[in-house]
Amino acid sequence: MSILSELGLLLRISRSHAIARRYFVVNGFDGALTMLGIIMAFYLSNETSMTVIVSACIGAAVALGMSGLSSAYISEVAERQQELKTLESAMVKDMSKSAHAQAARWVPVMIALVNGSAPLLISLLIITPLWLAPMLQVNALSPLPAAIITALLIIFLLGVFLGRISGRFWLLAGLRALLIALVTCAIIFVLTMH
Amino acid sequence: MVLVKKLVLDVLKPHTPNGLEFAKAIAEQGAGYHVSFMVQEVDEHTETVLITIKGEDIQFEAISSTIESLGGSLHSVDEVEVINSEEQ
Repeated sequence: MSILSELGLLLRISRSHAIARRYFVVNGFDGALTMLGIIMAFYLSNETSMTVIVSACIGAAVALGMSGLSSAYISEVAERQQELKTLESAMVKDMSKSAHAQAARWVPVMIALVNGSAPLLISLLIITPLWLAPMLQVNALSPLPAAIITALLIIFLLGVFLGRISGRFWLLAGLRALLIALVTCAIIFVLTMH
Repeated sequence: MVLVKKLVLDVLKPHTPNGLEFAKAIAEQGAGYHVSFMVQEVDEHTETVLITIKGEDIQFEAISSTIESLGGSLHSVDEVEVINSEEQ
C-alpha cells in the first residue's frame, strides 16, 4: 500500500476528511483576517516603513501557524486517544497494532499540519505584494492596497470554497465572507481614525 | 499438498473501515480471491460480520493478519473447504 493510500485509509478510518477541511477554512480565515487587520492598520497609520510592516506580518503569520499547529495537535491527540479507548473497550481487545491505533497517532499530526499551514501559507500569500515592493522599486504605500486586495480576494475564495462544500450558491457564499472582511476593515477604520 | 479453497470467518470489526474497504483489503491478499461480506449484527461501535473467501490457495495467516490490522477480531472459522492437490 502506498503512503498516500495509507494516509487516505487513516483519514477514512478516523473520519477526519471533514475535520481537516474545516480546520483549513477556519484557520485560513483567521490568518487572512489577521493579515487584513494588520495591513489595514498600517495603511491607515500612513507612517511606517515597509521593513516594519513586513516584520510585523511575518511575526503574526508564524505565530498563527504555530498556534494552529500546537492547538490542533494537543486537542486532536486527546480526542483520538479517547476514541481508541472507547473502541478497544467495545472490541474487548488491545488494538495497538491496528490501523485505528496508527490513525490515533498520525491523524493528529496531519490535522495539526493542515491547521498550522493554512494561516501561515495564506498570510505569506497576502503579504507577497509587500515582499515584492523593494524588488520592484515602487512607492512604499502602493503595495499595501495591493496586499489588502489580495486578502479580500482570498477571503472571498474561502467563502466560495465553503459555499461549494455546503452546496449553496458560490457567489453568495463568497460575498458573505467578503462582507465580514469589509466590516472588519470598517471597524479598524473607525478605531484608528479616533 | 493441501490447498484451502474456501473459508467462512466470523469476525467482529469496528464500523470503519466499511465493508467494501474491508473486503477489498482481504481480496488484495491473493490473486483470484473471491470475497463476500455479510453483516450479521450491528452494535454502537462494532459489527459482527461473516466473511466468505474463495480462492485456489487461500493463505489463512495473511487474511488473519489483514483482519487484525484493520481492527477486526477473528472469532471463529465457521466453514472450511480444502483439497489435496497431490496425485495419488
